[in-house]
Amino acid sequence: MSKHVSPRMDRRAFVIGSATLGAGLAVGLDIPFGPAVVRAADGSPEIGAWVVVRPDDTVVIRIARSEMGQGSLTGLAQLVAEELECDWTKVTTEYPTPGQSVARKRVWGDFSTGGSRGIRSSQDYVRKGGATARVMLIQAAADAWKAPVSECTAANSVIIHTPSGRTTTYGKVAEAAAKLTPPAEVKLKDPKDWKLIGKGVKRLDTVDKTNGAMIYGVDVKLPGMVNAAIKDCPVFGGKLKSFDESKIAGMKGVKKVVKVGDTAVAVVADTWWHAKTALDALPIVWDEGDNAKVSSESIAKWLAEGLDNDQPAYVGNKNGDAKAAIASAVKKVEAVYSYPYQNHATMEPMNATALYSADKCEVWCGTQNGEAAFAAVLEASGLPADKCDVHKVMPGGGFGRRGQTDYVRQAVMIAKAMPGTPVKLIWSREEDMAHGRYHPITQCKMTGAFDADNNLVALHYRLSGQSILFSLRPEALQNGMDPAAFQGVAQTGEAAFGYSVPNLLVEHAMRNPHVPPGFWRGVNVNHNAIYMECFMDELAQAAGQDPLEFRRKLMGNHPKHLAVLNAVAEKIGWTMPAPKGVYRGIAQVMGYGSYVAGAAEISVTDGNKIKVHRIVASTDPGYVVNPAQVERQIAGSFVYGLSALFYGGCTVKDGKIEQTNFDTYNSMRINEMPKVESVMVPSGGFWGGVGEPTIGVAAPAVLNAYFAATGKRIRSVPLRDQNITFA
Amino acid sequence: MANLTINGKTFTLDVEPDTPLLWAIRENAGLTGTKYGCGIAQCGACTVHIEGIATRSCGVSVSEAEGKKITTIEGLGSRDALHKVQEAWIAQDVPQCGYCQSGMIMAVAALLNEKPKPTDADIDEAITNICRCGTFQQVREAIHTIASA
Repeated sequence: MSKHVSPRMDRRAFVIGSATLGAGLAVGLDIPFGPAVVRAADGSPEIGAWVVVRPDDTVVIRIARSEMGQGSLTGLAQLVAEELECDWTKVTTEYPTPGQSVARKRVWGDFSTGGSRGIRSSQDYVRKGGATARVMLIQAAADAWKAPVSECTAANSVIIHTPSGRTTTYGKVAEAAAKLTPPAEVKLKDPKDWKLIGKGVKRLDTVDKTNGAMIYGVDVKLPGMVNAAIKDCPVFGGKLKSFDESKIAGMKGVKKVVKVGDTAVAVVADTWWHAKTALDALPIVWDEGDNAKVSSESIAKWLAEGLDNDQPAYVGNKNGDAKAAIASAVKKVEAVYSYPYQNHATMEPMNATALYSADKCEVWCGTQNGEAAFAAVLEASGLPADKCDVHKVMPGGGFGRRGQTDYVRQAVMIAKAMPGTPVKLIWSREEDMAHGRYHPITQCKMTGAFDADNNLVALHYRLSGQSILFSLRPEALQNGMDPAAFQGVAQTGEAAFGYSVPNLLVEHAMRNPHVPPGFWRGVNVNHNAIYMECFMDELAQAAGQDPLEFRRKLMGNHPKHLAVLNAVAEKIGWTMPAPKGVYRGIAQVMGYGSYVAGAAEISVTDGNKIKVHRIVASTDPGYVVNPAQVERQIAGSFVYGLSALFYGGCTVKDGKIEQTNFDTYNSMRINEMPKVESVMVPSGGFWGGVGEPTIGVAAPAVLNAYFAATGKRIRSVPLRDQNITFA
Repeated sequence: MANLTINGKTFTLDVEPDTPLLWAIRENAGLTGTKYGCGIAQCGACTVHIEGIATRSCGVSVSEAEGKKITTIEGLGSRDALHKVQEAWIAQDVPQCGYCQSGMIMAVAALLNEKPKPTDADIDEAITNICRCGTFQQVREAIHTIASA
């Protein structure tokens, strides 16, 4: 929850549920079915907060995290169902709303779906939710049979009294189970006994995505709804000065022109096309402010100054004395790399639908963080928590962008100007490109030093550039330092450095340009993995050693990092010659609690046309819940990461982002993407994420192969700036 | 006013002739399976069939589409009789977020009408839709599965 929000709650008065959009979950505490039983909208009893069992044995599993394509909805349901011992073919899911969760003391925990946390941060309590329900259902059956519970077991939604052979089903005992007091403690299964976790079962949300029936945010329809298009000041930090409403007054369908905060203006019309057409015709004057002087060149110059050792920097990882060791080294290697801004470019532009009245405000939107969206609704509407709610719908991609709530806030502000009328705000693609929350911009200077035997004795890794936390979560800074800046090169933790170097210094000179940064799939792992893994190749070359062997020698103390590296090396056949004209690159990194490695085989024509023939990727996330979905996350990470490498990059001119649409911010197509061969090596004992870490190795694997093919080092992204493209 | 023939049904819509077909389909005919992604015929999320040809509906005006046979994702198959591309998409769990898949499926259905057994090169040439989730591997495998059936 946002720190701005202190929900005011009257449990008895809390009105729950949505009659307007589908059969929303309705959970009430005072519905007259029995004092202790909590019921879903259709009257079926809740067996603990995570499970509803219907009389026909359908099991409804509650999902608090957001599905946005990554498959967590299915994976989370598998976790609950594993412990519940229910019939998987009768499982369905539903989202509790953030309002309902807050009203029940956050019984469904954190809604935030980012940082590859969907599974790993929920797995313990959702499995316990499943186990709790199983215990209650078995107890209810045992009570009915007047049999000891120890003589009863459950499988596939059927409860058996072993001595007598009597059976019943979950649906039949659900009412009685719901009246029981949940057990204080439940024991979770040993992973070796898992039947459903680890299986690549089909996703639960596919059918409607193939026939046009799935409702995304842009598809929401409410009675009497109007549509809004918006323009925010294209220079970040600038303001709206004036607009001439009279010029569009007669345009078809136009209902209202609304000033949105200090920075934006929206046109509301009967259809979105009318709203957008009128907005494009609306004369708008912006007060662009001083940021209009900022350009990519001025940002690059400022960041380059941060690479200078005389400038202040935060130390993120250190051992020995790297500066002294470098000063006295036999041989040293130095290189400067850079990584640009990137837009998430979700296929579905930002949008939200809001319905505001003096005593209620509801929003329908795709969001990666239902509670943050809820907090935004409270803040923008000025109404208390028991008068607000957010109904999550399928987002057309998230990648970190929909963890932010700017578009939710805007929709509520526009709806406040039209009380009682639902307003659907849709950003144009151009607005989405202009107002992203961009992958942060950085540069990195790396210096490596060798002894006379070509052993790496020192490494100095100096980042200069933007901090996401500084802008979005300043409370998470530690004495001004952004600990997340060191993702992938950190000393310990979920994104730890995988090499041992006797003298190491990893530091960050924080420089925050005016372009708003955001959590972009992979976040700081992206640039850190490119910098470190490409430079590792440079160091191997300087030492006259094979890139894989050079890495292995530094990884003796990091067996899990090494295991995934070895797995890709073996799969791609690193020690065997590549086909004629084909060259290989390799990379590894740790992020989001998982160990990943990647290798690519490419050929290069005319020095600048790359064909990627093969990609091999390995991951150790501890446990794999659904291998089919993990495989898709690995492959998708390469598409996202290589799109950014080849075609991405957002540049700044006159304080604005220059790229406006997919013609200037392109994305890979099917002809450019080879099959990704994934190798899963789950070693157990920990839970890592899978949505993001692999993206870190996508670009360096290809860049290192490009060096192998051409002898040329590429130290900046995107490749299109260097006239390098796909063959 | 314009008359559009969508999925075998005639819609008489209060819409200006220069409105992009995409928005007439979504907002006036109320068929929201066809998606807006870019508005400049780059991404393919709005792909429909016009006289059987895969067409990016954001780049076609209502007046150009009048009198022609338009098919959207909603009209490709029915719940009882899915189109073979929809069946393959479900069998192989192709979609991730799914937002681009209406357009992807329409593009693939048109390709298979033209070439029932497309090669990888045919797929590379015909399927130019953007998918940010990166479902290309599953798309390609599903096409080959249909072709080999």
